[in-house]
Amino acid sequence: MKIFSTHHRTIGIGYLLLAGTSVAIGTLLSLLMRVHRVWPDLNWPLWGVIKPEDYLAAVTMHGTLMVFFVLTTAPQSGFSNLVLPEQIGSRTMALPWLNAAGLWTTVASLLVLLSAFFVRGGGPISGWTSYPPLSALAEAGPGQATGMDLWLVSIGLFCIASTMNGANTLVTVIRCRCKGMTWGRMPLTVWAWLTAALLTVIVFSVLFAAALMLLCDWHAGTSFFVPAGGVINGVVDTQHGDGSPLLWLHLFWFFGHPEVYIAILPGMGMTSMLLANFCRRGIPAYRWMITTTLLIGLLGLSVWGHHMFVAGLNPWAGTVFQLTTIAIAIPSTAKVLNWLMTLWGSRPTYSTPMLWSLGFVSLFIAGGVTGPVLAQPALDAYLHNTFFVVAHFHLVMAMAGVFSIFAGLTYWFPLIAGRRLD
Amino acid sequence: MTLTPILAMRWWLPQDAALHGAALDREMYLALWIMTGLLATAHLVMLVGLCIGRREAKRSIWRLEVAPLLLLTILFGWMTIRAERLWAATRYAGADPAVMQVEVVGAQFVWYFRYPGADARFGKTKPELVQPGEGNPLGIDPGDEDGRDDRVSSELVLPIGREVDLRIRSLDVIHGFSVPEMRVKQNAIPGQVFHIHFTPVHEGRYAVLCTQVCGLGHYRMQAAVRVVSIAEFARWSER
Ligand SMILES: [Cu+2]
Ligand SMILES: [Cu+2]
Repeated sequence: MKIFSTHHRTIGIGYLLLAGTSVAIGTLLSLLMRVHRVWPDLNWPLWGVIKPEDYLAAVTMHGTLMVFFVLTTAPQSGFSNLVLPEQIGSRTMALPWLNAAGLWTTVASLLVLLSAFFVRGGGPISGWTSYPPLSALAEAGPGQATGMDLWLVSIGLFCIASTMNGANTLVTVIRCRCKGMTWGRMPLTVWAWLTAALLTVIVFSVLFAAALMLLCDWHAGTSFFVPAGGVINGVVDTQHGDGSPLLWLHLFWFFGHPEVYIAILPGMGMTSMLLANFCRRGIPAYRWMITTTLLIGLLGLSVWGHHMFVAGLNPWAGTVFQLTTIAIAIPSTAKVLNWLMTLWGSRPTYSTPMLWSLGFVSLFIAGGVTGPVLAQPALDAYLHNTFFVVAHFHLVMAMAGVFSIFAGLTYWFPLIAGRRLD
Repeated sequence: MTLTPILAMRWWLPQDAALHGAALDREMYLALWIMTGLLATAHLVMLVGLCIGRREAKRSIWRLEVAPLLLLTILFGWMTIRAERLWAATRYAGADPAVMQVEVVGAQFVWYFRYPGADARFGKTKPELVQPGEGNPLGIDPGDEDGRDDRVSSELVLPIGREVDLRIRSLDVIHGFSVPEMRVKQNAIPGQVFHIHFTPVHEGRYAVLCTQVCGLGHYRMQAAVRVVSIAEFARWSER
């Protein structure tokens, strides 16, 4: 197997290996955070006691690695490259060179991110959401100079790579379907990858713009996100004009919420497919499932404000974003009902991928039911930034998301390794 | 292994010490119980469906998927309307213009509380004048009449039963002003001023937290709210 290959399956395996590396590092970081919470004064060999900035850098890197390099790459870029062309009767992805460029840009992005651990000041400390001015001013904390620069460059590269992959997926699905593979016959996995690719090209370009603007605030004398007259560490900031931190929140979450669906839609598609396969029956209400996939993607673009209920928006905005957010619960519920209907009286084969998929359904329900609680602005204003929210998105993204990755890995293992699991 | 740490965990919401808290808590528990019920029901359906024998009969999408979906949509709609009313009641209207105002200012890693004094007007502030070491952490302009009687405190002292209007801002980065017992949370964002209002109804001392990562001292960015009787508040104000 060549390392530099433009064959879609090799590229898919490349993405899965990249996700595997990132998930290993990200999990070690979360273990470190937990150990630190239990024994805050522990003297770590080679490192010493964990300082507050070390902890925050671990939080930032954990979130960035998991959201971008695991949950975006494996389900979307990884599995789609592995099987999408075959599922629509095509020999290749439409743009093999762009595909390879996407993978290697992602690798570069990962290396840039990881290098932030080793620069003076360490990794950035402002979390994976990088709210300015904390993320825009070197004086705001250790890790907020070179570390933050590297984070921004890494995210910029990742946006470019994801857009390449998204564009490739779109072109492949639209142009490369074999004769007879009509829209109404496409597997739900392909519908999911298509919807996620559509979201990818829309929202990653917005994130790219935001990262570029923040980088300009650092190095080009602009003030998109930093207001005038800040006083940091007793020093008045005279470098910046009249920027608005809220602008970053809007741009970031316009990306951030659809990102959740980019991570979970492929898992939903795979679950529909696997449950039907191992229950040995067709997918009930197949067309409904296409509609719900598209609806989740579409509505996903209109809910970013539910991350900003305490950010000082006009209270009317709270009501509007509550409505759009609750609206997403409806197609999501339809999917869950559909899975339950597939399983009802099916006596399925309990193979390994089937077990992971059943776990996906269970965890998706558990994470999903906390959604309509958080969608209520008055309740969210109490729960915002608490462990309730952390649990909510970890159940959906980390747990359900990772279960679907395992389902895919075990199901397509022969394609990856050339042999069956025993 | 013992279960004591789990049993000793605080499972319910902290004490409610604000007027609007009771309605919020009711809504919170209602939402949590409904969702727990849905979680249990869905798992039960899944388990039963997996245990019963195989059914090959043609199944009705309308009965098994559309009808439950409609029911759940009605449930979510009802919850949304309730939630909207609650949000509207606390947030749509600002505080009565006559109520006491206190300014809350976040700075890495302290909360400051400024009282406008007898004139009920806050003096102008200037970033260049910010000198925490010299007793002027907010940069109050000594040239401004209105600021002469302003009082900056490290503790938020509030009279019981009176509505208060907080004007929240930040000197440097985004902070999260939060008092769980008062059921309030609002980000402090540099360059902007946000208002929240509430009425404390229980005397006591409660923690003010910062709920938005604001730098390496974020974890220790805490202050206190002290809710006191009206007489004691008057005494404190004169001191
Ligand atoms: Cu969201
Ligand atoms: Cu903070």
